Amino acid sequence: MTDERVVVMVLGADRVGIVAGISKVLAENNVNILDLTSSKIRDLFVMIMLVDISGSRVSLEELKEMLNKEAVKIGVQVSVQHENLFRYMHRV
Amino acid sequence: MYTPEEVVETYEMLSLQHLNIRTITVGINLLNCLDKDLSKMKSRIYSKIVDTAFKLNESVKEIKTKYGVEIVNKRVAVTPIAILLEPFAEGDAYEAGLELAAVLDKAAEKSGIDYIGGYSALVHKGFTKGDLALVESIPKALSTTKRVCSCVNIASTRSGINVNAALKMGEVIKETAKLTSEHNGVGCAKLVTFANAPEDNPFMPGAFHGLGEPEISINIGISGPAVIKAIVERSQGIDLRQLADLVKRTAFKVTRVGELLGKEIAKLMNVQFSTVDLSLAPTPKQGESVANILEAMGLERCGAHGTTAALMLLTDAVKKGGSMATTFVGGLSGAFIPVSEDAGMVDAVKVGALSLEKLEAMTAVCSAGLDMIAVPGDTPVESIAGIILDEAAICVVNDKPGGVRIIPVPQAKVGDYVEFGGLLGGTVVMAVNRFSSEKFVRRGGQIPASIQSFRG
Repeated sequence: MTDERVVVMVLGADRVGIVAGISKVLAENNVNILDLTSSKIRDLFVMIMLVDISGSRVSLEELKEMLNKEAVKIGVQVSVQHENLFRYMHRV
Repeated sequence: MYTPEEVVETYEMLSLQHLNIRTITVGINLLNCLDKDLSKMKSRIYSKIVDTAFKLNESVKEIKTKYGVEIVNKRVAVTPIAILLEPFAEGDAYEAGLELAAVLDKAAEKSGIDYIGGYSALVHKGFTKGDLALVESIPKALSTTKRVCSCVNIASTRSGINVNAALKMGEVIKETAKLTSEHNGVGCAKLVTFANAPEDNPFMPGAFHGLGEPEISINIGISGPAVIKAIVERSQGIDLRQLADLVKRTAFKVTRVGELLGKEIAKLMNVQFSTVDLSLAPTPKQGESVANILEAMGLERCGAHGTTAALMLLTDAVKKGGSMATTFVGGLSGAFIPVSEDAGMVDAVKVGALSLEKLEAMTAVCSAGLDMIAVPGDTPVESIAGIILDEAAICVVNDKPGGVRIIPVPQAKVGDYVEFGGLLGGTVVMAVNRFSSEKFVRRGGQIPASIQSFRG
């Protein structure tokens, strides 16, 4: 299976359970977290995960939908984008 | 791993600043459809377009899901139809042209393609019989079809300017406006008169599949005015050297998205990926305006003294950043300044900041031309031809592509607001010079190639 890497970004006001909620969805679908970082940009909590979806039980579209649902529940915004996009835009 | 700043920047560009693929244009060679039997040729053309567009649609769907980047328009560009009319040159090439236009329209409609380009002729040194039939059929073809676009090349740096063709196009433009007068002459929005027309332009109405192109090609046009505007707005207080660098860096990122998606779509379709057109393409939507970028640089209104210099900085920085981002640059690759399609341009015309003459000067430093300009319906054919000749002269001497897309709106007077609908927007009718160009233009003939053409 090819290595399909996706960047998951979570944006929102800092609160308990953001990392737990998002990682739970990823774990349940057999999506491996390769790297994780978090910081604050303009008063917002930003968490960035690089994940491997090659073993995922669901399609990228379905994963996006599940993460969106979870994000709504926690009260944050989530963006799921293929890693190629970032590699192309930010690496020469 | 990517830094939060990088990830957030990408997120903002795609979701807040509407960074998207403006058009993915598939070029299709129609020469193998040539036949003296018109009905055979028609059915071959129809099948080839529909089959190719089907593959395009499937690939675009897959890539959209994978990347979540919006692909606004899917388009088709075909071999200049004038060539396909040559077998009918001794007979009814005019009628054959109209029938082919109808087939292109039908194939585009069937395939969910919004515009199909290539109802074109290249006449920069003269007309063949097929060329002449095609050009004469343009008004009827554009007024009886919805999706067909036409581009006629009347000048090139190598061959000079065909004045007879410019005059002919003046007549064709007036007639097209007349036949579509119920909709403010909107037929003219599907027609561009070009100089140095590129063979791999993804943007309409100038797109056609040039003779130097492969069987099928994929050309991408990106959209980034809102992204560039946001960067310029955020960077008040820095000098123009730093601003140019910032625009360049941003243009790189914007173009990379086009490069990535174009490559992947071409791979899925198993065809050659050709080029990315770096052009900043505005839309009538708020914020997606090239005029507003120039204003964010510090001009009170687009058109104020300094506008040409600001546009030069912008276009040049976009070209530099974009060239680094893609293996093959194509099409027009600059900044588009279509008046009706750019809300900031329309505002500038309304308040009297922007005139036709200033726009003409601006075209010397950007890669498009006089675009989507409404003029009074009673503008003489010779004045329109004169406008075309002036633009061609700028392009020929500067060895750049450029076109004229002008709409002499029937019954409209200077200052009237006219609407063309959808992405074409609406604009204020601009004044043209009231002195006559007739005797000059009616001399006809060819303006020889400029000394610029003798290179190497």
